[in-house]
Amino acid sequence: MALHAAGIRVLSYSGEKHRPRGLFCAIGKCSSCLVKVNGIPNVRSCITLVEDGMRVEMQRGKEELPKTAKPPAWKDAPHYTADVVVIGGGPAGLMAAINAADAGARVILIDEQPMLGGQLVKQTHKFFGKREQFAGVRGVEIAKILEEEVKKRENIKVFLETSAVGIFQEGDEKLVTAVRKNTELLEFTGKSLVVATGAMEKMIPFENNDLPGIYGAGAIQTLMNTYGVKPGNRVLIVGAGNVGLILAYQLIQAGVEVEAIVEAMPKVGGYFVHAAKVRRLGVPILTRHTILRAEGKEKVERAIVAQLDDKWRPIPGTEKTFDVDIIALAVGLRPSIELLHQAGCQIRYVRELSGHVAVRDDRMETTVQGIFVAGDSAGIEEATTAMLEGKIAGIAAALKAGVASPEWLNEIRKAQRDLDEFRSGPFGKHILEGIKKAIAGFEAKTSSEVRE
Amino acid sequence: MSNEIPHFLREGYLTVDELFEMTPKPSEKRLRARPVAIPECPQEIPCTPCKEVCPVNAISMPTPNDRPVVNYDKCIGCSLCVQVCPGLAFFMVQYVGDRARITMPYELLPVPKRGDEVILLNRVGEPVGRGKVTLVIPREKSMGDTAVVTVEVPMELAWDVRSIKVPGDGGDD
Repeated sequence: MALHAAGIRVLSYSGEKHRPRGLFCAIGKCSSCLVKVNGIPNVRSCITLVEDGMRVEMQRGKEELPKTAKPPAWKDAPHYTADVVVIGGGPAGLMAAINAADAGARVILIDEQPMLGGQLVKQTHKFFGKREQFAGVRGVEIAKILEEEVKKRENIKVFLETSAVGIFQEGDEKLVTAVRKNTELLEFTGKSLVVATGAMEKMIPFENNDLPGIYGAGAIQTLMNTYGVKPGNRVLIVGAGNVGLILAYQLIQAGVEVEAIVEAMPKVGGYFVHAAKVRRLGVPILTRHTILRAEGKEKVERAIVAQLDDKWRPIPGTEKTFDVDIIALAVGLRPSIELLHQAGCQIRYVRELSGHVAVRDDRMETTVQGIFVAGDSAGIEEATTAMLEGKIAGIAAALKAGVASPEWLNEIRKAQRDLDEFRSGPFGKHILEGIKKAIAGFEAKTSSEVRE
Repeated sequence: MSNEIPHFLREGYLTVDELFEMTPKPSEKRLRARPVAIPECPQEIPCTPCKEVCPVNAISMPTPNDRPVVNYDKCIGCSLCVQVCPGLAFFMVQYVGDRARITMPYELLPVPKRGDEVILLNRVGEPVGRGKVTLVIPREKSMGDTAVVTVEVPMELAWDVRSIKVPGDGGDD
């Protein structure tokens, strides 16, 4: 972010064709922003806080590791134990940690960002839902409220800037291996585990889609809303789902020109009210349009879009050029399931949940006993539902760990009812179909072995 | 297939006709009596703050996914729904003499002051005239963390003006 604020957009050059690369996701999920820090290559610059005297160099292709460096040995890693380990400090993980703690569990909460809140910290719009579910409250305020709740609880221990890199079975317990600040190895064990690792942004194919200045929508929110860095001057947004529409509004609030939103579907995909907010501020929404290519030398200078016919083919002669320095891709998210996959949880592709998800039961337990999932990593939905799923998973994990009394089942049922109610409309219908598929054929929970 | 998609979803805004199809136009008498809340919320989405905040239960919404329906006779024109609506989809309209007063949520800076002349924008952001700000509830005093602005507009623009632009600093066009 400091590099971006200083006007540095190109962070590396690709290995084969030496193409310039810059930021893309800004939350540590992709490898677009790798740089060399103090001689060590492959450092995700987006989640590395700048320090005095830090030497940051542009990376060219696959840089060699420093010959003299010796990786620390696992046997020296500090070890922490708890009843429930929660991976991910976003809305789902925070609620899981809070509820597991209230149900009587000792909780460890780890997150790779330098702050808690996940993607809530960059949501400056007010949330929907019911008021008891924080409706009408801005996401960033919800993050503060939940962080305070975590701090109030002495039985929650938080580890920030800590990336979980593996999940293993160790006796009856789950072992999570992690790396803090890219250098320090840590081990955590818990009787049960909640994986709430969120999602990452999708990419779509078009010419020059790797040019610096083409960012995931969330990256732009991170730049401007979390770090106060103006992402650019003129933006084209691809995708009129809620993320694209909300981003457009936030860009206008930040004083950035939004030239247009293009959407391949014949209609606005997000909530109409989010579209109306940007339309009345003069932003065109071009439905049935897509981006053909980006142009520019070292960074984006122009975007070329075209109208699509009924078979999704660009219609010749409908090309329009937008002089923009930023192209925001708001073309959907996919669940971050890498850790669940590695842990041996059964994975299934569910289109309605926007990608591969872990098969689970109605208490969010996966096919590996003791491993629970919640939030976007269980299927792309909303922060409101992520919080409810986190509550269910947190309590269920505490019950599994044998520390919660059975009355807590009532709280799970209440959260399940709230979820059903939230999902009872036309938007939720789609999600419910997806969840049915994610639960269908749930194998009897026999496999307690984690794949080696 | 695209014939089945309503105009407002293809274009991202409601026409006045579409608006009155889903929420009837209040009577002239009612519009002159006091401000009346008008929801521009045409989709069934899971959201209830307007109904929860209304002090006189003028908003009906049997389930959270139903659209809000305002009972114009019960509505006292307090603007709480405008302040709290997360979708910034509630407005108030009042007829005063040969002018109309439009109350709208406003989340851009600078927030205008009472008495300021501002540019009036319609639902697609086109400037359609100028109007005077008659009331501002700043964000700090709003129940919903959103500033609320009332502007006086020519009567014929009562159902078109849904945003404003504060002139100044090169933003004046």
